[in-house]
Amino acid sequence: MSKRIGIETSLAIAETVKLVNVDVVAAYPITPQTHIVEHIADLCANGELDAEYIPVESEHSAMSACLGSSAGGARTFTATASQGLELMHEVLYVASGMRLPIVMAVANRAVSAPLSIWGDHSDVMSCRDTGWIQVFVENGQEAVDMTICSFIIAEDPSVLLPFMINLDGFHLSHVIEPIILPDQDEVKAFVPDFNYKYRLDPHNPVAMGDFATPAIFTEAKWANEVALTNSRAVINDVWDRFYKTFGRKYQAVETYKTEDAETLLMTMGSFSETAMTAIDAMREQGRKVGLVRIRLWRPFPFDDIYEAVKECKNLIILDRALSAGGPAGPVASEVKAALYNKSVKPAIVSIVGGLGGRDIHVSDFINMVDIGEKAIKNNDIKPFEIYGVRG
Amino acid sequence: MLLNGGREINTDIIAIRMHGRGGQGAVTSAELLASAAINEEKYAQAMPGFGPERRGAPVQAFVRISSHQIRNRAEILEPDIVMVLDPGLLSIINFSSGLKDNGTVIVNVKDKDIIPQSIIDKYKVAYIDAMSIAKSVLGVPIVNTTMLGALIKATRVVDIASLETPLNIRFGKLAEKNFNAMKKAFEETIILEK
Repeated sequence: MSKRIGIETSLAIAETVKLVNVDVVAAYPITPQTHIVEHIADLCANGELDAEYIPVESEHSAMSACLGSSAGGARTFTATASQGLELMHEVLYVASGMRLPIVMAVANRAVSAPLSIWGDHSDVMSCRDTGWIQVFVENGQEAVDMTICSFIIAEDPSVLLPFMINLDGFHLSHVIEPIILPDQDEVKAFVPDFNYKYRLDPHNPVAMGDFATPAIFTEAKWANEVALTNSRAVINDVWDRFYKTFGRKYQAVETYKTEDAETLLMTMGSFSETAMTAIDAMREQGRKVGLVRIRLWRPFPFDDIYEAVKECKNLIILDRALSAGGPAGPVASEVKAALYNKSVKPAIVSIVGGLGGRDIHVSDFINMVDIGEKAIKNNDIKPFEIYGVRG
Repeated sequence: MLLNGGREINTDIIAIRMHGRGGQGAVTSAELLASAAINEEKYAQAMPGFGPERRGAPVQAFVRISSHQIRNRAEILEPDIVMVLDPGLLSIINFSSGLKDNGTVIVNVKDKDIIPQSIIDKYKVAYIDAMSIAKSVLGVPIVNTTMLGALIKATRVVDIASLETPLNIRFGKLAEKNFNAMKKAFEETIILEK
């Protein structure tokens, strides 16, 4: 078994891309994602990774190059953030619509204006409906493990969908922490070769992403939806096999100290770890609180979320993105929708915070629980609270 | 477990904040120290003060070290240890902000008189003329690795030998010189107990 080493999460992702023996990487650097592709470029240049590295002139081209390479049957990876993700936006739909198992790491960052290079979830929230499988990781180890699993899930013949791994910009991407990088042999044995049945082949020509009249478009979209929903079985299976092989367990929704909890916090991404420390502190004070963390964002884990929250009274959901002019933060909005038809459900308070890199300390999570419990007790629940805002 | 303003609530975490100027290698110091702790099978975390990199501007880097998994990703507002790489920063930034009462300050100064008396009165202080060591041993005015020797002498957060591997990985053939500068600082650092 490999041992824990101190390595920056971005570099660990790049090393994992090497371990799964990716064929093509097409990317454009953007903060805070740059270290990932920079290190992959190093690995290609020094011969450690035998892959084609395409230094494109924009993210739109990066994703377009990924389309071509994946359609040609090559195992394909890219990474981006923020404006870069927005620039490739229209091509994201093409990747899922053409059923191309591209894997992309997104080091989540705010979207301009005003210009911010710091982290939040605004960038990826505009990509909710692009048809990609999407996970949010909490720490560097999970970033590595999800990268390994993502290729197996995406390339499964019954899935064939692109896969987005979201990691918090700076708060996770730039942190050095203990990470176990599996051995090349372990990964080689665990990750099957990519054998794309429908690949572009001059000897057996096919058309992809072709013109669809109203007679067929709905069916094409429905087929995509069924594939995305059904991918859940493969996701579960791969995470289960990963646990049996590597000993680290991952589930679509995770709970922390939720037994007997009256109030639950809900978070997504690496701030969940700080939230856990806040839960520990509040439990020490005798408060009945727990934490629910969403790992799988698409396909949305409706049943898992209901199971996790059905017995609590108060649910306080943190969003690091603002749905402008809309119903609360995106996570809160979706959780509310998921519970609407249930007869037993908690009161929900939506809190938007941690925007554009603003830190959330342990004491802030405790404050959020106080704010949420008070609003529910006083029957004064607003559409959402924006945490710590001045003016 | 103390609430401690709700920030660094795990008392078994040693929280270290490093102050330097962009280009002086404070972030590298943090990375090397965390890697050394991880090599000792401890848990550790190193992170830069997040943002654009600006040469010459005051920058921060953070390290947490613990015997348990560290579950706090916020920047360190209440450190146990503060290290200042550039003596010029002592008068222009509030480097002791949030430093715990039993905290330690490690500074790079040519002369003890540069250290504010209020700091000497309140905290354990370790000082070293790291610039002279760096210039003579490394031949460059970059004190990040030298200052780690002073930090280890004053706090023993890791064993100095544990820095050897991280230095080799980071600096290759220049690692030995850096290790020598670190050891020299370790030997020559003067500690003023509170």
